[in-house]
Amino acid sequence: MSRLQVTNLCKSFGALKVTDDVSLDVAPGELHAIIGPNGAGKTTLVAQLSGEMRPDSGRITLDGRDITRMPMPQRVRMGLARSFQITQILPAFTVLENVALAVQARRGSSFRFFAPAAEDTGLNGAAMATLREAGLDDRAGVRASALSHGEHRRLELAIALATEPQVLLLDEPLAGVGGEEADAFVARLAAMKGRFTMLLIEHDMDAVFALADRVSVLVYGQIVASGPPDEVRSDPAVRTAYLGEEESA
Amino acid sequence: MTDAALTGTAGRPSAMSARVQVALVLFALFALFPPVVIALDDPFLILIGTRILAYAIAAMALDLILGFGAMVSFGHAAYLGFGAYAVAVLSSFGIHDIALQILAAMAVSALFALVTGAISLRTRGVYFIMITLAFGQMAFFFFTSLSAYGGDDGYALSQRSTLFGMDLLRSNTVFYYATLGLLMGLFALCHLIVRSRFGRVLTGLRENRTRMQAIGFPPFRYQLTAFVISGCLTSVAGVVLANQAQFVSPAFMSWHRSGELIVMVVLGGIGTLSGAIGGAVAALLLEEFLGAVTEHWRLYFGIFLVLMVLFSPRGITGLVQQIKGSRR
Ligand SMILES: Nc1ncnc2c1ncn2[C@@H]1O[C@H](COP(=O)(O)OP(=O)(O)OP(=O)(O)O)[C@@H](O)[C@H]1O
Ligand SMILES: [Mg+2]
Repeated sequence: MSRLQVTNLCKSFGALKVTDDVSLDVAPGELHAIIGPNGAGKTTLVAQLSGEMRPDSGRITLDGRDITRMPMPQRVRMGLARSFQITQILPAFTVLENVALAVQARRGSSFRFFAPAAEDTGLNGAAMATLREAGLDDRAGVRASALSHGEHRRLELAIALATEPQVLLLDEPLAGVGGEEADAFVARLAAMKGRFTMLLIEHDMDAVFALADRVSVLVYGQIVASGPPDEVRSDPAVRTAYLGEEESA
Repeated sequence: MTDAALTGTAGRPSAMSARVQVALVLFALFALFPPVVIALDDPFLILIGTRILAYAIAAMALDLILGFGAMVSFGHAAYLGFGAYAVAVLSSFGIHDIALQILAAMAVSALFALVTGAISLRTRGVYFIMITLAFGQMAFFFFTSLSAYGGDDGYALSQRSTLFGMDLLRSNTVFYYATLGLLMGLFALCHLIVRSRFGRVLTGLRENRTRMQAIGFPPFRYQLTAFVISGCLTSVAGVVLANQAQFVSPAFMSWHRSGELIVMVVLGGIGTLSGAIGGAVAALLLEEFLGAVTEHWRLYFGIFLVLMVLFSPRGITGLVQQIKGSRR
């Protein structure tokens, strides 16, 4: 059975069809990449899967359970986490606090009014472990707003990981990251493969073809091709619709 | 390090101790006020002092949602009214005990905050401000039409509240110190709350609502809880004010009062708790002082506020930190 299943999903903004009859199956442990040109509707698709936006029609199931109308926080508690293309952090909080709050969301009640959260060793310990995994442990005490762009992207990933997900939706985790930092990031994602079921939106073709088990190509809201990386890469329709454009861009 | 000391809200140790330090200095000054009044031989001043302490409680309670939760309630004077009328109504039935009066004030406030908060929190930004204002006005007009308690004209209280059945609070000085004790206790409570797990969620929602939802926090229940806590604490200030004035009237809950509470919080520096206390002191002293000098004091107060916002957007707290920083 597929872990995440999308059937006939549709979403329009006025006359613009941003998600046009999209169907997807992501098997447990699989890394499924979605590529497509700017404005293809990738972020909008993630927004619907995560519960930030309601689709106009269609169905989304997680482990067979219909979650199409479930609010975002409830999906997270079912193990569906996402990262954002545009970094979403708590700027006045430290790096550690950002991650500890995500741990707190999963563990114990947040209706506790007296004990100081900063001294909660359970939260801090789990948060530090996640920061280590994201390569940010040496920045734990720094205010999140003071991080570099690359560090922001790693914090974005760390926060998603700290919710203890089963399924990860990653919306261009490498956006704006280049060079060695990008290589290290790809290595980190590769190390995570198999532990989570992942839906990866990514522009970086090298990263996609190195990481993905399956690739789907989204153009104008429609999936025009889907399959193993090699097959998709050689698909003539894909080359003209997307990969060709990429080269000239 | 300096950066952390300047931010003041996310519960970092250095910021936290700064908040406590400022509060302790203020409390010490408050404690020294009555001897000064005796030296000056102007007993009326002690009542002004009590009034300032009461507003400090209210401003601090408002800061809990305004500063830490980004909920700008423009109807918070309603809770002052609930506190004041809890005293009037209960004492008219012969219940003078201040603890019971505070309990009643909190119960009514909790209910009102729960219902109006649940509706108001469906909106955000300017709409939230407008709808809380509307609910505040509803409460105002309700008490205006409450003819058994004087309606518009208000209602004079026959005596101060009692404490454990004793007439301790009759002395203005004892009443002043009792109010100071309340302020200190409630500050400690608010300080614990903002550093707790709950406080982190509240502050997180202020910082980035989408992020909080994406890690699994549904905002509504946390914001509503904070709204109810804030309303309950504000009503304590109303209980004090009724006793201070020995009189209650709907004027306690007019929208001007709600605006003044916001001014106090902003003036002191939002999201700092101790700033709200300082803001209450500054606003009420300015009001007394300017009011004695000129009848157009509101105009000058307005100009002062604009300058303050222009030159120190983070209020008195920000100003103090700037001065401290430039000395370093
Ligand atoms: N809230 C909205 N209202 C109206 N139009 C929107 C909205 N959000 C996105 N769009 C439009 O929908 C289309 C798809 O946007 P989306 O952000 O999903 O694309 P994307 O594939 O993620 O692009 P990119 O590669 O640039 O991130 C774009 O044309 C965009 O302008
Ligand atoms: Mg996008």
